[in-house]
Amino acid sequence: MIESILKRYPKERRFLLAILQDIQRTYNYLPRKALNEVREYLDIPLSSLYSMATFYRALSLKPKGKYVIRVCDGTACHIRGSMNLLEEIKRELSLLPGEITPDGKFSLETVNCLGSCAIAPVMMINERVYGNLKPDMLKEIFSSLGG
Amino acid sequence: MVEDNMPDKKTVLICCGTGCLANNSYEIYRELKKRVEAAGEDISVKPVLKTTGCNGLCEKGPVITILPEDIFYCKVKISDVDEIFEKTLLKGEIIERLLYLDIKTGKKVKSHKESEFFKRQKKIALRNIGQIDPANIEDYIQREGYRALKKALFEMSPDEIINEVEKSGLRGRGGAGFPTGYKWKQAKKINSFPKYVICNGDEGDPGAFMDRSVMEGDPHSIIEGMIIGAYAVGAQKGFVYIRDEYALAVKNVSRAIKDAYGRGFLGENILGSGFNLDIEIVRGGGAFVCGESTALMASIEGRVGEPRVKYIRSTEKGLWGQPTVLNNVETWANVPVIVDRGAKWFSSIGTEKSKGTKIFSLVGKVNNTGLIEVPMGVTLREIIFDIGGGIPGGKKFKAVQTGGPSGGCIPESLLDLPVDFDSLDKAGSMMGSGGMIVMDESTCMVEVARYYLKFLSEESCGKCTPCREGIRRMLEILEDICAGKGREEDIELLLELAETVREASLCGLGKTAPNPVLTTIKYFKDEYLAHIKEKRCPAGVCKELTSYRINQELCKRCGVCAKKCPAGAIFSKPKSPYVIDNNKCIVCGACREACRFNAIEVMGRREG
Repeated sequence: MIESILKRYPKERRFLLAILQDIQRTYNYLPRKALNEVREYLDIPLSSLYSMATFYRALSLKPKGKYVIRVCDGTACHIRGSMNLLEEIKRELSLLPGEITPDGKFSLETVNCLGSCAIAPVMMINERVYGNLKPDMLKEIFSSLGG
Repeated sequence: MVEDNMPDKKTVLICCGTGCLANNSYEIYRELKKRVEAAGEDISVKPVLKTTGCNGLCEKGPVITILPEDIFYCKVKISDVDEIFEKTLLKGEIIERLLYLDIKTGKKVKSHKESEFFKRQKKIALRNIGQIDPANIEDYIQREGYRALKKALFEMSPDEIINEVEKSGLRGRGGAGFPTGYKWKQAKKINSFPKYVICNGDEGDPGAFMDRSVMEGDPHSIIEGMIIGAYAVGAQKGFVYIRDEYALAVKNVSRAIKDAYGRGFLGENILGSGFNLDIEIVRGGGAFVCGESTALMASIEGRVGEPRVKYIRSTEKGLWGQPTVLNNVETWANVPVIVDRGAKWFSSIGTEKSKGTKIFSLVGKVNNTGLIEVPMGVTLREIIFDIGGGIPGGKKFKAVQTGGPSGGCIPESLLDLPVDFDSLDKAGSMMGSGGMIVMDESTCMVEVARYYLKFLSEESCGKCTPCREGIRRMLEILEDICAGKGREEDIELLLELAETVREASLCGLGKTAPNPVLTTIKYFKDEYLAHIKEKRCPAGVCKELTSYRINQELCKRCGVCAKKCPAGAIFSKPKSPYVIDNNKCIVCGACREACRFNAIEVMGRREG
């Protein structure tokens, strides 16, 4: 699978970020094995790959959940109560930002701004955007996903 | 080009911007389409259904517009589709219930153009958004799209184009306001090839989403601007750097680039002019600092997005050490209009030193949240109270935050400030990318400063010490103040640190990072003092310094607060008002928001 990702790109350093993003999308994280193959393909030291992986938020070295919950903590969401959403998630799923549920189903992170400020507070679960949220709406959303 | 050219044919425009999509606008489109198709021969004029980019009035979404009558419906639900089809599309009847209620006049209006929200706007960069299907290049061409490109390629020399842009007074819309024409001139002057053009679509300021809307709703306007710019400076390669979180923007810009190649607007020998240009997309990696030009270029090169010192400008040595013109999405979208209508027309709009219009995302505690475009020089008061319709729930205005994390908070006393690059700077804030976050009495300004520094400390790339360490120390002090551990000398210390961070940081992120702290201390010092001396958060936000009490006289015993309380901390005995158990209360504020009688009072730190 990694090979098919690499094949899409010429052997040039400038495609490194795009390659890592594709791997992230496929595996939900950057497996060590995949990084080794990228290192060989582009002839870049593993340390550089590590610095990319830790610098860019879109990349992670640890697996993420089947459903990635992204609670927006942009300014508009913040002043409209995004912190209360996080507390509700903590109560409902026992999940803190950066964590994953033991069954691997949900992982939680905060993002700086999803650009949907007009319907704040907002969260995204995978690609779907949920707007104008109130803490008491979360339970139903999670249980519809089997949480 | 800016005026609407109404199609004669019956057309239904369904907003599929992010705000409306989250409220099922695409399902509405599908349902309506089903109805129209099922009707078949029964309707004499078959309406055309289009999904468009963001209309701006996200608060009232999903919104749909029916042309040529120009009927504007808002908050449409899937269950309304049948009625819209039967009544409005077949019989031309208006459904009163779905019309927009103008808060200012208290009247329902048929066309969005009659509302205060739209009436005061002037759309240049947003000229097509909401009117066209962004996935259809024909829609763009029909509204005079790519006409400016033809004019530039066949009637103007590169120098003439640069002159025109310079004379128009266009300044960078990404925030810093650098004169665009001058930037191009510098890049043109240097005799070193290849040269590059870049569109900065790494919109990262929390509270700003205008670039997202332009990329999603009118991608060709950016591409046309970039082709003109590339031709003017002699570049043959362009990059559009788009934030990773903006999946729809990536999709729509990709499609637009493909279609532009198909029509000969990109590629080799563009329209037979002999000029070549290739444009490709680079997806960002979710790092705020990559919105900084040199960090962005590092990121395109496949490296970690750290900025560099700018002794030498990017126009001389930018991407891969070559001359590079980097402009923001909104700036590029303005270019075709300037070339098409001329510098004189463009510079007649705006103020002496800030020409044209600016898009703002008006969000936070304001009635009409959404995206607006206004001539430079309108006042903050007009934006917030006339266009924005004021503060919801009868609450009192406290401040408006402009310029993202690098900007500042502007108090009520400065609301009559004309909005342009220079006057916002003078107030200690900045134009920034155009996020405008309205705050009311229930927003704590110390906590807002803490919030921004938290953001900046996470996004600081760590390369230079003043930014990396300075912001963190300031954040620690603010966290202490919010937690009730503030000391009187903290304010002095914050000011001193702010000075160092501002003077000694490498790039714009650090240089402007102290602004949120400086402006809140300058305009809202009393709130800092309340936290430090009285151990009380006047807005009732900082949990350590807040407790709630139910005013026994105002309480009407409706019980809404008790129902909303997630901690089960509110209870009542028969026939007496509700009370809060402070030991159980988690200070989330749900009761305060729910109470319609303002019976929940904010008190200081809880006893014991």
